Amino acid sequence: MDPVPSRRIALSVNAKPVDANVEVRHTLADFLRHQLGLTGTHLGCEHGVCGACTVLVDGRSARACLMLAVQANGHEITTVEGIAAADGTLHPLQQAFKDHHGLQCGFCTPGMLTTLVELLRDQADPSEDQVRVAISGNLCRCTGYQAIVDATLAAARTMREAPARTADVR
Amino acid sequence: MKPPAFGYHDPQTIDEVVALLATLDNARLLAGGQSMMPMLSMRFVLPDHLIDLGRVEALGHIAAGAGALSIGALTRQRDLEFSPVVRARCPLLTEAIQWVGHRQTRNRGTFGGSLCQLDPAAELPAVCAALDATVTVRSVRGERRIAFAEFPAGYMTPSLEPDELVTAVEVADWPAGHGYGFVEFARRHGDYAIVLAAALLVVDAGGRITRASLTIGGIGAAPVRVSAVEHALTGQTASAALFRDATEACRTLEAMEDVHAPASYRQQLAVVLARRALDAAHTRAHAPTH
Repeated sequence: MDPVPSRRIALSVNAKPVDANVEVRHTLADFLRHQLGLTGTHLGCEHGVCGACTVLVDGRSARACLMLAVQANGHEITTVEGIAAADGTLHPLQQAFKDHHGLQCGFCTPGMLTTLVELLRDQADPSEDQVRVAISGNLCRCTGYQAIVDATLAAARTMREAPARTADVR
Repeated sequence: MKPPAFGYHDPQTIDEVVALLATLDNARLLAGGQSMMPMLSMRFVLPDHLIDLGRVEALGHIAAGAGALSIGALTRQRDLEFSPVVRARCPLLTEAIQWVGHRQTRNRGTFGGSLCQLDPAAELPAVCAALDATVTVRSVRGERRIAFAEFPAGYMTPSLEPDELVTAVEVADWPAGHGYGFVEFARRHGDYAIVLAAALLVVDAGGRITRASLTIGGIGAAPVRVSAVEHALTGQTASAALFRDATEACRTLEAMEDVHAPASYRQQLAVVLARRALDAAHTRAHAPTH
């Protein structure tokens, strides 16, 4: 039997270059959590239903449990840890979640934030319906979603009023 | 809930992929991974080799030819959703793709992957059935083209040999001004449909239907073209009453039963959704201007 099949990969994680050896069967989510220690990416169902592990791959939301780490070779990954500004200032969406009680237990929050960062980047003034459709693949068992929707619409307003503050998250 | 061990291959050309398929035992293809990854994690599939198609650039095109669109098998669903040429030439596909999973899965999921997964209630196989798409397949033995009507061999099983790769899907244009409608019923947004309906109509200046296509998904092992309804509509003057009467034929379709719904429920949905899809197609149809 061969040794454990593994590959050397080079990618960008939260705008920092990463070079690592990964087992080819490991998911991107497990790579981020166990090898890089980025435990903000949460794993709920591990089969693509709950949305908690959502990250941005080249700026597009994707479920990190439905990608192999090797598939991220050469790509740019943004996790929830990469959303705030370098000086720690919260992204307007994070601030709005805090202000509007958009989280209780916090388990779904990383996936909500990464998903909604993409939505607000592409759609500056989404309707409530559009926000609800955008998070239809993210399960939350605490909030009933209402506070998350409120927070998102508030963040969209903030970002429209002060676009300069929201440096682009990739 | 972790994938099993496998050998990993990431070829860059179609030739390399089919050569690997011809030589490796128990190999599976990884396209967008939105169905394959859960099946690996749950260990429903235990491949010795996984061939990742993600670096095969030749599989990722949307090409607008004369009279037809050619869509590469690895085209991401998200890219189809926002393709102006798809919207202009094949609006049924643009409408249907809004129902495919969620944005996070459409960002990764591929057209060819959906077709080969061939879930009976999936949107993209139903669209291909409705449009009489042609699937192009490659192996080391050469290329062959499969009419979509012949593509499903059974429940979730495409009529492919183990060494074959779907490379592209060709969709012939419907005439400018054709009407289209896609509706489905699912418990939650983004779930597979319980039942879906896709309709296409060509209506002439006198309001007469000159061509009709009606497909029901989620009722049989593969999407079903309801030729009885298509024949009943063709040559008739389009009206709500005509659609109401003609779609009753959907109640006699052989329907599957599962935890989601009994057969009679699916047949009722088929009748209602067929009518709604045809109504939508009729509203959008306008006679070609010469």
